Amino acid sequence: MTTVASVSEETDSSPYALSHLDALESEAVHIFREVAGEFERPVILFSGGKDSIVMLHLALKAFAPAAIPFTLLHVDTGHNFPEVLEYRDRTVEKHGLRLHIASVQDYIDRGILRERPDGTRNPLQTVPLTEKIQSERFDAVFGGGRRDEEKARAKERVFSLRDEFSQWDPRRQRPELWQLYNGRHAPGEHVRVFPLSNWTELDVWQYIAREGIELPEIYFAHEREVFQRSNMWLTAGEWGGPKDGETVEKRLVRYRTVGDMSCTGAVDSDATTLDAVITEIAASRLTERGATRADDKMSEAAMEDRKREGYF
Amino acid sequence: MTSTTEPTEPLSVEQLSATTLLRFATAGSVDDGKSTLVGRLLHDSKSVLTDQLEAVERVSASRGQDTPDLALLTDGLRAEREQGITIDVAYRYFATARRRFILADTPGHVQYTRNMVTGASTADLAVVLVDARNGVIEQTRRHAAVAALLRVPHVVLAVNKMDLVEYKESVFAAIAEEFTAYASELGVPEITAIPISALAGDNVVDASANMDWYGGPTVLEHLETVPVSHDLGHCHARLPVQYVIRPQTAEHPDYRGYAGQIAAGSFRVGESVTVLPSGRTTKVAGIDLLGKPVDVAWTPQSVTLLLEDDIDVSRGDLIVPSKDAPPTTQDVEATVCHVADQPLTVGHRVLLKHGTRTVKAIVKDIPSRLTLDDLSLHPHPGQLVANDIGRVKIRAAEPLPLDSYADSRRTGAFILIDPADGTTLTAGMVGESFAAPQPVKDEGDDDGWDF
Repeated sequence: MTTVASVSEETDSSPYALSHLDALESEAVHIFREVAGEFERPVILFSGGKDSIVMLHLALKAFAPAAIPFTLLHVDTGHNFPEVLEYRDRTVEKHGLRLHIASVQDYIDRGILRERPDGTRNPLQTVPLTEKIQSERFDAVFGGGRRDEEKARAKERVFSLRDEFSQWDPRRQRPELWQLYNGRHAPGEHVRVFPLSNWTELDVWQYIAREGIELPEIYFAHEREVFQRSNMWLTAGEWGGPKDGETVEKRLVRYRTVGDMSCTGAVDSDATTLDAVITEIAASRLTERGATRADDKMSEAAMEDRKREGYF
Repeated sequence: MTSTTEPTEPLSVEQLSATTLLRFATAGSVDDGKSTLVGRLLHDSKSVLTDQLEAVERVSASRGQDTPDLALLTDGLRAEREQGITIDVAYRYFATARRRFILADTPGHVQYTRNMVTGASTADLAVVLVDARNGVIEQTRRHAAVAALLRVPHVVLAVNKMDLVEYKESVFAAIAEEFTAYASELGVPEITAIPISALAGDNVVDASANMDWYGGPTVLEHLETVPVSHDLGHCHARLPVQYVIRPQTAEHPDYRGYAGQIAAGSFRVGESVTVLPSGRTTKVAGIDLLGKPVDVAWTPQSVTLLLEDDIDVSRGDLIVPSKDAPPTTQDVEATVCHVADQPLTVGHRVLLKHGTRTVKAIVKDIPSRLTLDDLSLHPHPGQLVANDIGRVKIRAAEPLPLDSYADSRRTGAFILIDPADGTTLTAGMVGESFAAPQPVKDEGDDDGWDF
């Protein structure tokens, strides 16, 4: 081994070493405070899913003992899990927050959006989301997106500028140097902000366990009526399943992601506690999206294409 | 050697939470095998999951390739897959029982120097890849120079494709010696050279059976054990104020806290501090670490400082120990890397973001441009274009408390922003450059003019 200069005596046992969770938490809090310091009308996308729940928890810590200086926005596909909506409303109430809702169902009822033949509503979220951003003049929109989720997201900046059509242009991204985030934007443009960029699925779960954060029950194993479609267990319900030839059965399952019921699958699991969930994920050989999200399987560039249009 | 990547028992929540984080960047020329190395690190550390690998196999097969192309794991954009090159920094994540890793995967093309600068700006370690058959080439010297310029504390020289030089120790030793001499001269504090074959898997995650003459660590072992500096003893404590927290509630009627991430050093309750640029002095009355009071806090913790006196402090101010305050100045001299497509010219009006403060500024002079190949300085280039590195003199509209980048990578760094469209123009590092030793060539000298 060729080594020059002396190796520092310090190691990770130094009293000043932060655990990886503390380092990620500190970085995310820094991002929340930068946005609070530089933007006029920030909003947190809040779906009641684990990533947005962690974002809200971090925001509460970032501004304690004061209130969070942001409102919340939920893009409601109309096919949400009832347990998650109940959690959403209870959380908003508990922290005295203000929630904006952009409703896909409303757009369908008004004839602006048309239901897709496959019944999947996730891609339909883009229009209500971007119109809400414009009508409310939000200038910074926090999303729980993580770069480990998908290879197009691996290219995403922490501060990601969107034009007046909410479009993402991966070739025109600003380099992000040190911790000096550049939030400059013209009127009509906005910045998508991703405080959890550097977190992985496992980090999110470990943090939830460490902080004792409450989650909607569907993240833990429970008996549920499901049917199989495209190798995923989907929840039977009014949204359009099961169809002919699909049979409903009762299984012990849990969810790794929470999204639209029509494209979010459950996984077989007996993990009823946080520790059991973490053990299960640490041993899993499938990514959460590969295991449970139909919308990412549509094409090799499905996520990049949707992000270009304004999706998260 | 026991592999640390495959625990026989699942780790407990406590064990998983106790690991530390290492940020590192990779750099290599096209065809040096960087994508293969990254793919190999992810694959052999069991960080590639089945569905990701299946997707790669599916696409590789549909293109008629016999073996899965591991580069597809990392090339995430349409244009990258179409052209078969990496055009932008991507961030990747993997973990072992000892550490979590954030990898800034930076492209090797010469025109993407700015991307390596971006990746290196937050890195604790840089891996510079060379092809054992070609040895140290111009591009290798550029990568070493960027790592030195950005003051990345640890550099790994990965001598790749050892399988193509019959795993000869003499080939490795010659390359390691040449690189170490060059990089040491640039001021890279620590260099570790490792002979590898990314394709065959030698010394990446598992120790090689083909090079028993090598007694050092594999790439992954080194990444797992390299000490991340937590030596705060000689660091200047710095807190850029991000946001003032004032609840104004019945429970907290008088709470007034100054929130920020400690950029360097540590702060203690009772310590005398000065607020810059005003220069007012007070004491730390309390420190809140995300809602929990503590006696001492250090970098990179995000905290809220409470001060004894009710003085004027706002976003953009810098809180420092009174005994260790940096000078404030409106005249900034720095080494910069220009990262935008539009050039930077003398007279350019810009915004300068330093810490949490953004001020108007004007580019007064561009004394020299650095040629990374031989570290020579080209005097008065007139402008800097994308990927250029040069010296600049900037006049700021307000006094700034500036540290030298050599003392603090955080408070010695700034960016320039185009006020018209918000483009990030330039990455700046305050103070003398490592590349200063050579005198500026005198070709710009006016003495030879014949009137």
